[in-house]
Amino acid sequence: MATEAIPAPPVATPGNEAPSDELDLVARAKGGDGAAFSVLINRYEGKVFRLAMNITQNREDAEDVLQEAFFKAYEHLDQFQGNSKFYTWIVRIAVNQALMKLRKRKSDRTISLDEQIDTGEDMVVREVAAWDPDPEERYSRDEIHTILTEAIDGLLPIYRTVFTLRDVDGLSTEETAEALDLSVPAVKSRLLRARLQLRDKLTRFFKRKGDDAFAYM
Amino acid sequence: MLTCKEFLTELTDFLDEKTTTEIRAKLQRHITECPNCWVICDTTKKTIQVYKGMESCTIPEDIHSRLMAAVERKIAAGKK
Repeated sequence: MATEAIPAPPVATPGNEAPSDELDLVARAKGGDGAAFSVLINRYEGKVFRLAMNITQNREDAEDVLQEAFFKAYEHLDQFQGNSKFYTWIVRIAVNQALMKLRKRKSDRTISLDEQIDTGEDMVVREVAAWDPDPEERYSRDEIHTILTEAIDGLLPIYRTVFTLRDVDGLSTEETAEALDLSVPAVKSRLLRARLQLRDKLTRFFKRKGDDAFAYM
Repeated sequence: MLTCKEFLTELTDFLDEKTTTEIRAKLQRHITECPNCWVICDTTKKTIQVYKGMESCTIPEDIHSRLMAAVERKIAAGKK
């Protein structure tokens, strides 16, 4: 049976602490103020749901992960000391819940976000062609949304998750490492691969007209 | 001069401006001399920019409603 572990309270890192209004909301929620906890939910539910979708690739599982993550956060609020942002903490809980979902789906196989990586192939740059200065202007808003979503959906879960936390949500490399329980060098290596693979995928749409992509390295 | 592989290894730190001044100077010199790496660097930077510009994620309304109702039930049960 899967263990119901809650990530240990993070070690304080200068600059990564929770903002004061967040500490206030958590303190009120600890005291039983449901409205304060609802503010935290409203602030982060969209990002947590996207993260859960990124890992599980299934709407129903992602909804379960979302609910379980906020339930567990509420039950263990006394463990949150404000040494990190609330978001970093809830991400760690959600990642654990999402991995448990995957394990249940695939019976007893041990699953981590790191499986199936480091084949060497993913560091290969296939497309080298300059882009237009503002490549996205060639497409409508909906088209751009589809292009970006399909490209990111094509990445392995670990790359998708690292890229989303680091480059879309704007967490620092250290916060991303803490949220995913990875080392900083591991986050950097996965981020590089994610960025290069996305760049490759987008080059097909954004390259300057007349430039032919050619094989490289 | 750096090789292209060495340049790629440092690309993430270079784009995040986390390299030492000495390494940064070497990387800058490499992209002025290597058109392919200049393109990779420029297009990777643009890749990050287009994703940063993506509209913030909104949660489907039905999922939001069910979450709020479930959390309210949980909080109410805890108060009994």
